[in-house]
Amino acid sequence: MERLEVLKTYKLYIGGQFPRTESGRYYTPAGADGKPLGNICQASRKDFRNAVVAARSALGGWAVRAAFNRSQILYRIGEMLEGRSAQFADELIKQGSTPAKAKKEVAEAVDRCIYYAGWCDKYQQVFSSVNPVASCHFNFSVYEPVGVVAAIAPEENPLLALLETILPVIAGGNTVVILGAEKSPLSSITLAEVLATSDLPGGVVNILTGIREELLPFMVNHKDVNAFVASDLSNDDWKTAKEEAVHNLKRIIRRKDVISGPESPYPILETQEVKTTWHPIESSIAGGSKY
Amino acid sequence: MPDCTLLSPPFNRVQSISRRRFPGKVRLASGQQRGENRTRSGLVPVRIFPLIMKTKSAATARYDISCSPPVDQVGIAERAQRFTTRSIKTGAKREGLLKVLNMIDLTTLEGADTPNKVRQLCYKAEHLHDAIPGLPTTAAVCVYPPFVKVARQALGSASPVKIASVATSFPSGQGHLDHKLEETQRAVGDGADEIDMVISRGKFLAGDYNYVFDEIAQIKEACGKARLKVILETGELGTLDNVRRASDIAIHAGADFIKTSTGKISSAATIPVTLVMLLAIRDYHFQTGKMVGMKPAGGISKAKLALHYLVMVKETVGPEWLTNQWFRFGASSLANDVLMQVAKLEDGLYQAPQYFSKD
Amino acid sequence: MSDQTEWNYSPAPESAKQAHISGRYEHFINGKWTAPKEGDYFSTTNPANGKKIAEVASGSQADVNAAVKAARAAYEGPWGKLSARDRGKYIYRIARLIQERAREFAIIETLDGGKPIRESRDVDIPLAANHFFYYAGWADKLEYAFPNRKIASLGVAGQVIPWNFPLLMAAWKIAPALATGNTVVLKPAETTPLTSLKLAELIAESGLPEGVVNIVTGAGETGAAIVNHADVNKVAFTGSTSVGKLIQKSVAGSNKKVTLELGGKAANIILDDAAIDQAVEGIVNGIYFNQGHVCCAGSRLFVQESVFDEVMWKLKRRMDTLIVGDPLDKNTDVGAINSKEQLRTIEKYIKTGREEGSEMYQTSCKLPASGNWCAPTVFTNVAQSSTIAQEEIFGPVLAVQTFRTVPEVIEKANNTPYGLSAGVWSDKGARLFQISSNLDAGVVWGNTYNQFDPTSPFGGYKESGFGREGGLHGLAAYLDM
Repeated sequence: MERLEVLKTYKLYIGGQFPRTESGRYYTPAGADGKPLGNICQASRKDFRNAVVAARSALGGWAVRAAFNRSQILYRIGEMLEGRSAQFADELIKQGSTPAKAKKEVAEAVDRCIYYAGWCDKYQQVFSSVNPVASCHFNFSVYEPVGVVAAIAPEENPLLALLETILPVIAGGNTVVILGAEKSPLSSITLAEVLATSDLPGGVVNILTGIREELLPFMVNHKDVNAFVASDLSNDDWKTAKEEAVHNLKRIIRRKDVISGPESPYPILETQEVKTTWHPIESSIAGGSKY
Repeated sequence: MPDCTLLSPPFNRVQSISRRRFPGKVRLASGQQRGENRTRSGLVPVRIFPLIMKTKSAATARYDISCSPPVDQVGIAERAQRFTTRSIKTGAKREGLLKVLNMIDLTTLEGADTPNKVRQLCYKAEHLHDAIPGLPTTAAVCVYPPFVKVARQALGSASPVKIASVATSFPSGQGHLDHKLEETQRAVGDGADEIDMVISRGKFLAGDYNYVFDEIAQIKEACGKARLKVILETGELGTLDNVRRASDIAIHAGADFIKTSTGKISSAATIPVTLVMLLAIRDYHFQTGKMVGMKPAGGISKAKLALHYLVMVKETVGPEWLTNQWFRFGASSLANDVLMQVAKLEDGLYQAPQYFSKD
Repeated sequence: MSDQTEWNYSPAPESAKQAHISGRYEHFINGKWTAPKEGDYFSTTNPANGKKIAEVASGSQADVNAAVKAARAAYEGPWGKLSARDRGKYIYRIARLIQERAREFAIIETLDGGKPIRESRDVDIPLAANHFFYYAGWADKLEYAFPNRKIASLGVAGQVIPWNFPLLMAAWKIAPALATGNTVVLKPAETTPLTSLKLAELIAESGLPEGVVNIVTGAGETGAAIVNHADVNKVAFTGSTSVGKLIQKSVAGSNKKVTLELGGKAANIILDDAAIDQAVEGIVNGIYFNQGHVCCAGSRLFVQESVFDEVMWKLKRRMDTLIVGDPLDKNTDVGAINSKEQLRTIEKYIKTGREEGSEMYQTSCKLPASGNWCAPTVFTNVAQSSTIAQEEIFGPVLAVQTFRTVPEVIEKANNTPYGLSAGVWSDKGARLFQISSNLDAGVVWGNTYNQFDPTSPFGGYKESGFGREGGLHGLAAYLDM
C-alpha cells in the first residue's frame, strides 16, 4: 500500500520566522506538468512593510559584524545548500527545468555561495583607497553598506539568479527583502529553510512570494528602503522604479548579466556607499638643540 | 626650598576627569542688552572662577598639568597660514611698522659682546633712524647680566627704553637654582627692568613639571619689581602640546611675559608656536582677567613677517595687546628691515641696507 | 607709541584690471561663439553692488540641440578616435592654462559670484586647475582603475552646475568626463556664468577638438532641455535636492546614467576632549566659508554640554574677527550673498529661527550699503525639531545644539534625510573613529572641516545624492561597465 504524502505548506520568511501572509491570500502558479505547484503565499504590501522593519532592525548587527564572520556564514549557506541539492534539483524540475540543467544550476548555486563567501573580507581590501591629498591629512575611502535593500529575483534560473541577487547584497553587510520568482517560487521558499539553518541572523534576508506587479510600487516607494535591486523588469517598470525612488532618493540598481555574467566582486559594490574620511597628520615642530 | 610633592591626587583627578578647564560663565556686561552696545568681542566675562591651582603659598601654587588642552598641530598651522594672507597696506602698514619698532627688544647676546658694543646698541635703541623724524624708540635692549650696568649708564634713568637681561644660566638653563637666583637678583640690582629667564627644559621633558613651576615661581620672587619673561625654548619642547603645557605652567607660576626662544637654536619663533602661546594667554585672561605678555624671539627679521605677528595678536588675544607693554619682538636685525619699509613709505623708493646703521 | 587703536586694516582691493570681460557672451558650441537662436540675453550682475557685469545668451531648446549635436559629432568623430594618451594631454593643457590665468579667473569669480578674493584665489581656482591636472593623468590608465572589467565611455554628458563654486564645479564635471572619453554639454548657473565662459575661451585656446566641450548658458529651462535631451547619455547635476529629484524623475524613462550631488545639513560634532581652539576654527570654516553657500557646510553644530560655554565664547570671539565686505578686498573673509533671491531665503530662515524661540547672535561687522549681505549668524537654544536645524539654509547661519553622550549625538547627527558630510572633533582616536564610522555621510572630516582635494571622492548618502566626484571613484560615474 502506497504511503500518503505529507504536503508542504509554503510560507514567507520574515525576521527569521516563517509566517503566513497577513492577507490570507494565496496564488497557485502552475508547474511543468501543468498542475499547481502549491498554494503559495501572495504577500501583501503589509508583509513587505513588516519585512522592511525586520531588515532594518537586523541591519545594525549585520553591518558591523566582522567581515570574516560574514564570510563564514555565507560559506555555511553553501554547505547547507549542498546537503539539500537533491531537493532543490527536484523543485527546479517541477518548475520546468530539465534534470541535467537543474543539477548544473544547483551546483553553480552552491559554488556561488562559496565564491561570495570569500569576497566578504576581501572586497574592502581590493577597492578601498588611501587618497594622496596634497595637504597634511590622512585621507581614505572605504565602502559601507547602503542599508536595507529591496530586491526582485529574476524569473529565469529561480535558484541561481535568486542567490546571485541576494549574496552580493548581504556579503557587503546590507540586509535584504527579496521577492522570489513569481512563477517559480519553490526555490525561494526552500532557500529560506536553508538560510534559517545557516547561522544567518534573522532579518538579514527576508523572502516574500507573490505578484511582482502588485508589490513593485511599494518596494520602490518605501522611504525606509535604501536601495532597490532587480534585473528583468520591463521598461515601464524601470521607469516606475526610478520615478518612485525619488521620495528618498533610493538607489536603483539594474543588475546586468545576473545569470550569464562572469563571477565578479563588482555586484557587491553596487549596494555600497563610499565614505571618505579625513584626519590631520602632525609633523614634528622642531629639531632640538644645536649648541 | 619649596615643597616639591605632588598636589593631592583627588583634587587633581576631579579636575582632570571633569575637564572643567574652562569653567567661566559667559554673561553680558551689566547694563548691556543683547544685540546692542557690544564690546569688540560682543561679550565680556564677568564671573571669575578659581584657577586650576591649589594654593599653598603664593610661590608654590602649582598648575595642574592635566588641565592643559590638547593642541592640533595641523589646525594651528592652517590658522597660522591664514594670518599671513592678511594684506597690510598704506596707513595700516605704516602704523603697524611703527608699532613693530616700538615693540622690539634690541638684542645682543654674544660671547664677543663688549661694553662699547652695548653702548652702541643703547644709542641705536633711542635713535633708530634720525633721518626720519618721529620714529619711536625700541621697547628695550636685551643683554647678558654683566652688561646691565653699562646699559644703565648709557640709557640713564629717564629713557623710555627698558633694560632686559637674560639670566638663569642662559641659554641652556643647565645650572644650579641658587646660582640662577643670585644671577637674577644681581641683574635686577644692577638696574635691569626685565629678566628673560629660561625654563629647565630637561626637567620639563623628564616630566618634572613641578620643578619647572617652582623654579619659575622663585625666579619671579627674586625679580622683585622687575618684569619676568619666561623663555620656553619651544624648539626643544618637540610638540605643540608641550608648548601649551609649558606656557600654562609659566603663566600660572607668575610669568609677566612668555617668550618662545633663546635665539640660540635653529628652531626659534614661528607663527604656529606663538599662536599656541597666545591662546594660552587668552584663556588665562578669560579665567582671571589678568593680562600676560608675549615675546616671540629669534628668526623674525623681516618687516612683513612682523606685521603678520601683529595680525595674529590682534585677531587672537585682541588689539589691547598691541603695545610694548604686552607684546615684544626679540630681534637684532628686524629693526633695520622695518626702517627700510618705513623709509619706502616716506619717499616711495626701494631702499638699500647701506643707508641704515648697523650696530 | 602705546596708543591703543584697533589697528584696523586699510582697504587692500585686488585690481579688477586683470580681468578681461566682454560686454556680451554667446554660447560656446562646436568650438565657436554662437548667438542664441531665439536671440535672448540676460544680465549677470555683481552681487556686491548690484551692477551689471555682462550680458549672457539665454539657451533655448534649439541652442541645446545644436550643442548636443556638436558633442555627438565630436564623440563619434575626432574625440572618439583620439588616443587616450592625447586625450590626457589636452586635459593637461587646460589645467596649465587655468594656472597661467589664475589671477584673472579669481577676479572674475569674485566679481560674478560675490565670494571673497582670498577664497577664489586660494581655493576655487587652484583646486579647479588641480582637478583637471589630476584627471588628465587617468585618461590612459583607466584599465587599472577597474581591474577585470570591461569599460567604455558613455557618449554625451549633460552637466548642470550650481553657483556656489562656479569654476570648480565646472572642473569637477568636465575633467572626469573628458578623461573617460566623453563629450560635454555644460550649463553654468544663471547667476555665475562668467568663469565657465572664460573657461570656454581657454578651451578654444587649448586646441581641444571642436564640440568636445560645449557651454550653453541660461536658467532652469535650459538645464532641463539638456538633461531631457534624447541624445544625452549621461546626466550630472549638482544643486538642490528638490531639483535633483525632478531630474531623476524626468529621466526615469531613459537609460541615462545619472549622478546627483545635492543638499546637505551636516553635523559638526565637538566632543569635550577636543582641541577647542582648532575646533572653533573648524566651525568657522565649516559654516562661514563661502558665505555658507556650501552643500557640505557644517550647519548643525553639536557641542558636548560640558564645553558648551567655552566653545560659544570662543566661537563668538572668532566670528567677531571675520571681515564682511567688498569681496575684492584681500582681507575680506565673508563676501556677498550670491543673489537677492538667496538673501531673501536666508533672511526668511533667520526670521523663522527667532520666531521659533532660538537665540541669535550676529557679528556687528558693518555691512556695505548696497549689495546682498548677511552677517555671520549663530543660533543657540535650537532643538532637533527647529526649522533651522532641519532645512538647508545655504547661508552663513549656524544652528547649535548640545548633547551629553556619544550614542545621543550619533543618533541626532543621522536624524536627517541628508547625508553628505560631517565633522567630528576629539583628541581621542578610538572615539573619533567610532563616531566617524557610524555617521551616515559620504565625507567625514575628523579634527578638520571643509577640506577638498582632487584625489578625494566627494558625494553623499541618502537624499544628498548618489555617485562620487573626485578620485578614482569619480571615474565610475562616466563609464559604462
